[in-house]
Amino acid sequence: MTEPDLLYSEAETDLRSAVRSLLADRAQPAAVLARGETADPYDAGLWRVLAADMGTAGLLVPEKLGGQGAGPRETAVVLEELGRSVAPVPYLTSAVLAASALLACDTARDEVAGPLRALAEGRRVAALAIPLPAAPGAPPPVTVRADAAGTLSGEVSAVAGAAGAELLLVRADGGLYTVDAASEGVRVTGITALDRTRPLARVTLAGAPARRVAGEERATAAVDAALLAGAGLLASEQLGIAEWCLAETVRYAGERYQFGRPIGSFQAVKHRLAELWLQVASARAAARSAADALAADGAGGVEAALAVAVAQSYCGQVAVRAAEECVQLHGGIGMTWEHPAHLYLKRAKADQIALGAPGRHRETVAALADLPAP
Amino acid sequence: MSTIDADGLRRRTAALLAAHDPATTDRLDFLRARFDAGLAWVHFPAGLGGLDAPRSLQPVVEAELAAAGAPDNDPRRIGIGLGMAAPTILRYGTDEQKQRFLRPLWTGEEVWCQLFSEPGAGSDLAALATRAVRDGDTWTVDGQKVWTSGAHLARWAILIARTDPGLPKHQGITYFVCDMSDPGVEVRPLRQITGEAEFNEVFLTGVRIPDAHRLGGVGEGWRVASTTLMNERVAIGGARVPREGGMIGVVAETWRARPELRTHDLHQRLLTLWVEAEVARLTGERLRQQLAVGQPGPEGSGLKLSFARLNQEISGLEVELLGADGLAYDDWTMRRPEGVDFTGRDAGYRYLRAKGNSIEGGTSEVLLNIVAERVLGLPPEPRTDKDVAWKDLPR
Repeated sequence: MTEPDLLYSEAETDLRSAVRSLLADRAQPAAVLARGETADPYDAGLWRVLAADMGTAGLLVPEKLGGQGAGPRETAVVLEELGRSVAPVPYLTSAVLAASALLACDTARDEVAGPLRALAEGRRVAALAIPLPAAPGAPPPVTVRADAAGTLSGEVSAVAGAAGAELLLVRADGGLYTVDAASEGVRVTGITALDRTRPLARVTLAGAPARRVAGEERATAAVDAALLAGAGLLASEQLGIAEWCLAETVRYAGERYQFGRPIGSFQAVKHRLAELWLQVASARAAARSAADALAADGAGGVEAALAVAVAQSYCGQVAVRAAEECVQLHGGIGMTWEHPAHLYLKRAKADQIALGAPGRHRETVAALADLPAP
Repeated sequence: MSTIDADGLRRRTAALLAAHDPATTDRLDFLRARFDAGLAWVHFPAGLGGLDAPRSLQPVVEAELAAAGAPDNDPRRIGIGLGMAAPTILRYGTDEQKQRFLRPLWTGEEVWCQLFSEPGAGSDLAALATRAVRDGDTWTVDGQKVWTSGAHLARWAILIARTDPGLPKHQGITYFVCDMSDPGVEVRPLRQITGEAEFNEVFLTGVRIPDAHRLGGVGEGWRVASTTLMNERVAIGGARVPREGGMIGVVAETWRARPELRTHDLHQRLLTLWVEAEVARLTGERLRQQLAVGQPGPEGSGLKLSFARLNQEISGLEVELLGADGLAYDDWTMRRPEGVDFTGRDAGYRYLRAKGNSIEGGTSEVLLNIVAERVLGLPPEPRTDKDVAWKDLPR
């Protein structure tokens, strides 16, 4: 076992700076809050710059297929920054989940390469139509049928990123299909979600025209590969959430006076923040380990599966804890709609469940590390 | 800084081995020759066991010597000398002190111990009450020290004592090298909850220390001690571990070998701790990678917190998992071990000994303050004792 590279390369650090300055410009908490009140599922202007102009939508996709030819490590850095700002953009759903599923299909075929290129270049937004929560290693239920004419019928509940997506990747019996969201027979109905910065929708198909991009066996593998990459990289988003919550709470604790001194000078407060700092530092190591293992090992290796399971078992809880501490240590203001803490709390709690709750991932650890249940 | 590189070190190591064949050379003679060749600690100055080389090149020498079957200086036995006394002597000692002390310290001919903590000065070390009074060129020391490992084996001690009670507590302290063979030094074993005595109480009664054995200026002792303590924290929790290294590996092996002990509750807790141990391992690995490229991070102070908590929780789980065997204890005989060996004893020992992990080398509560104030920049608690003469402090 060689040790993973847990640091950030110079190129990764540059990428982070670029994304961070864009988000500082266009996704300040107040802007994210205001956007939640609109009907738009995501910030199309921000997405265009991030995905197309900066090229981050294609980080996982090889250059010959229209992408940047980077990989999971770089993608993870983008997700850290997106977690830090809870920006409402379909990055995880389109550039990670949908892109990974297509990459696991036969990219030599036009019906795979075409949509992948459009997605990588940021020209189209895609969503993998699987019901959340879903975790690697446990194939989601297949609730869509393909008929003899090749059209799809059925319903998929709680799909992240479906609202606003132009292309749907649908797992139906017989394989994986692409469906144009604008086609007749496709209905995408928003669900009132806990986390409004990553909208959920029900996808209803009634004889929707579709193209098959993978057969049964490959479709199962492609969905699992997408879930593994998604879960592993979600750890970096969770790290970003936790980082923002920690930094913001430390700042507040140094400024807020009660009993004639900053509340951050009380050990009851500072010990909690020091504990949280330690957990965030640990989450960084776990998230980097997962990203590096996905880059080194691909989706098929045991090391990657174990590193992802470890990172998801750990980082989801750290993000939730950080957001909960952020609310508590802000006191009354942390409970208001006006303060952005709740955006982070809702994202953190939804993220903790979305791609497998920690307990699910610990079951994977049990299997891979040979620690069997009674 | 010299320009010596890895090849230069290999050449010098080869020359040492050629002149002093480990197979036929007396162990101590070899270690002395190694020190004189500058291959003891290569980052030390020439003439003091080093070559002014980068510290990162030390493993080159160690690998060559290990391959040739050369004896080592048994670093576990002389950890306090190597890790705490030596860096302090190097930084604050006079030329005479460096010449006198460093060579026998490194070869292990002279063992060192540390006389810092007192019954009334634990976390608040600067409140120490041991007095040193000067008479011409000699100091006379009276007081009591505690938690001194190796005091019964040591030839020398690093000692901090109060030399001016009229000053605030941090200012009236001076740092000395104390001769442990002085008739006024009495060492008594301090038996711990494990049944053994790793540590001692040391009673100092009219102990005479020549002024030539003072390290740093009179009243400068706190600053000098900070160097020592920084090196202690680097030493604790800094070792590289493989996956399932440390205590979690012991419990995992028991889990695999004894299916009849498994319950659902223990399974959930084992998995949670396994993940946390793996993440702590990765955090340590990340810190080492940062150090290797010259970007030291503040994670070091946090790692000790993680390992203390994990050791305690894992060993507690292990005793519970063992059930009937957990009710037994391997041996309560009072012993004087030379080091801590977590894997050489039974689960009950690990459980009890791990309790010390959140106390020794800085309690977890103090470390949390350090992280909060130095890493996060949070304001300190208001201090009522800082500007008051030590003699006027409530106690």
